[in-house]
Amino acid sequence: MARRSHVQTTINGETVEFLCEPRQSLLEVLRDELHLTGAKEGCNNGNCGACSVILDGRLVNSCLVLGVETEGKSVETIEGLAEPDKLHPIQDAFLEHAALQCGICTPGFIMSAKALLEQNPNPTEHEVRYWLAGNLCRCTGYDKIVRAVLDAAASM
Amino acid sequence: MRDFSYIAATTIPEAVALLDEKGESARILAGGTDLIVQVREARRDVDWIIDIKSIPEVNALDYTADTGLVLGAAVECYKIYADDAICNAYPGLIDATKIIGGTAIQGRAAVGGNLCNASPAADGIPPLIVLNATCVIAGPNGERELPVEEFCTAPGQTVLEKGEMLVSIKVPAPESNSSSYYLRFIPRNEMDIAVVGAGASVVLDDTKQRIISARVGLAAVAPTPLFAEEASALLAGREVSDAAIDEAAEAAQAIARPISDMRGTAEQRTHLVGVLTRRALNGAIQRVRDAA
Repeated sequence: MARRSHVQTTINGETVEFLCEPRQSLLEVLRDELHLTGAKEGCNNGNCGACSVILDGRLVNSCLVLGVETEGKSVETIEGLAEPDKLHPIQDAFLEHAALQCGICTPGFIMSAKALLEQNPNPTEHEVRYWLAGNLCRCTGYDKIVRAVLDAAASM
Repeated sequence: MRDFSYIAATTIPEAVALLDEKGESARILAGGTDLIVQVREARRDVDWIIDIKSIPEVNALDYTADTGLVLGAAVECYKIYADDAICNAYPGLIDATKIIGGTAIQGRAAVGGNLCNASPAADGIPPLIVLNATCVIAGPNGERELPVEEFCTAPGQTVLEKGEMLVSIKVPAPESNSSSYYLRFIPRNEMDIAVVGAGASVVLDDTKQRIISARVGLAAVAPTPLFAEEASALLAGREVSDAAIDEAAEAAQAIARPISDMRGTAEQRTHLVGVLTRRALNGAIQRVRDAA
């Protein structure tokens, strides 16, 4: 077995050190080593977006990043979004609009929406739909999610 | 996932020496959106993954109107379409970078990786072909360059020899009254693999009524992306007309050798080559005219 590597990275603003095998994806490191289970494994091949996190400011599929690649980088996950006594406006909007049913896709959608609103604070519906095209939801039919993101944009 | 070792190379000579030493058991990692899936699904037997993203040359994104574009092999799609000057110079390349996967894929995937993955359906390759791009390859015996249309040799296979790596892609400066266009057919709006893809570039005269030269490139209709040489050549010197464009579309159809698979039949694909070639050529011509 390849040697485990020591990796130092920033996760949700805190410096984190971990050991991982080169073959462990960032998603596996987050869930299995660091016990941050918000990012979900759906397809494990970059189609579903359930594992979406923000890496150095860019939205990525954490199943398609190796844990060892995050040395010196900054990772944002769903766990870093809410404040101790307050949800993030995107989280509030998802609740308000009932933009989730089973919830498996939700952390990915919310991280994807966060990345969108950081880059484009006032997106059109068209822009929201294209941006979120890499996140799959089999419950809601997407419309409530799109409404929630537009509403969150308006409230932020 | 299969066990492998990971090395982050920091220079071209280091990466080349590693590739030369490890041979077939090594594979270069840029965005990883193809490679990690292939290793996970046991479609590539890799013992060594060489991450090149710390090498300066593969991160080059240098454009000037005089010298054209040097596009490092690991530059992610989102960086390309974030550059207004590159968007204006090479709209056909931008068409492709905006439809390769979704947002999260475009945050990692590189056009150079698209080329090295050598998928017959690669959206990034026809635009490079029509833009007369060349591949800059480093290897144990130094550097060499070759046209993009000669880079892929079979599905998943390229001309890269033992120890060689793609460093960058050079795209010539756009000529005046020129533009490019890429589109594909997919049965949904986004996030899909091309049933057929077609790219075109045109150079028009000052009246914008006559074609000085044109190039057509195709994806997903042969074992590799194709340069439609005859379709391109027959447009040179012609007035812009439906007849000329129809002739080019027919010539493009003549070189398509598609297969039937879950995405479409060979017959449908051949039909689509005609439709998409016409649309790509008309799209490129319209862009020249709109630029006024």
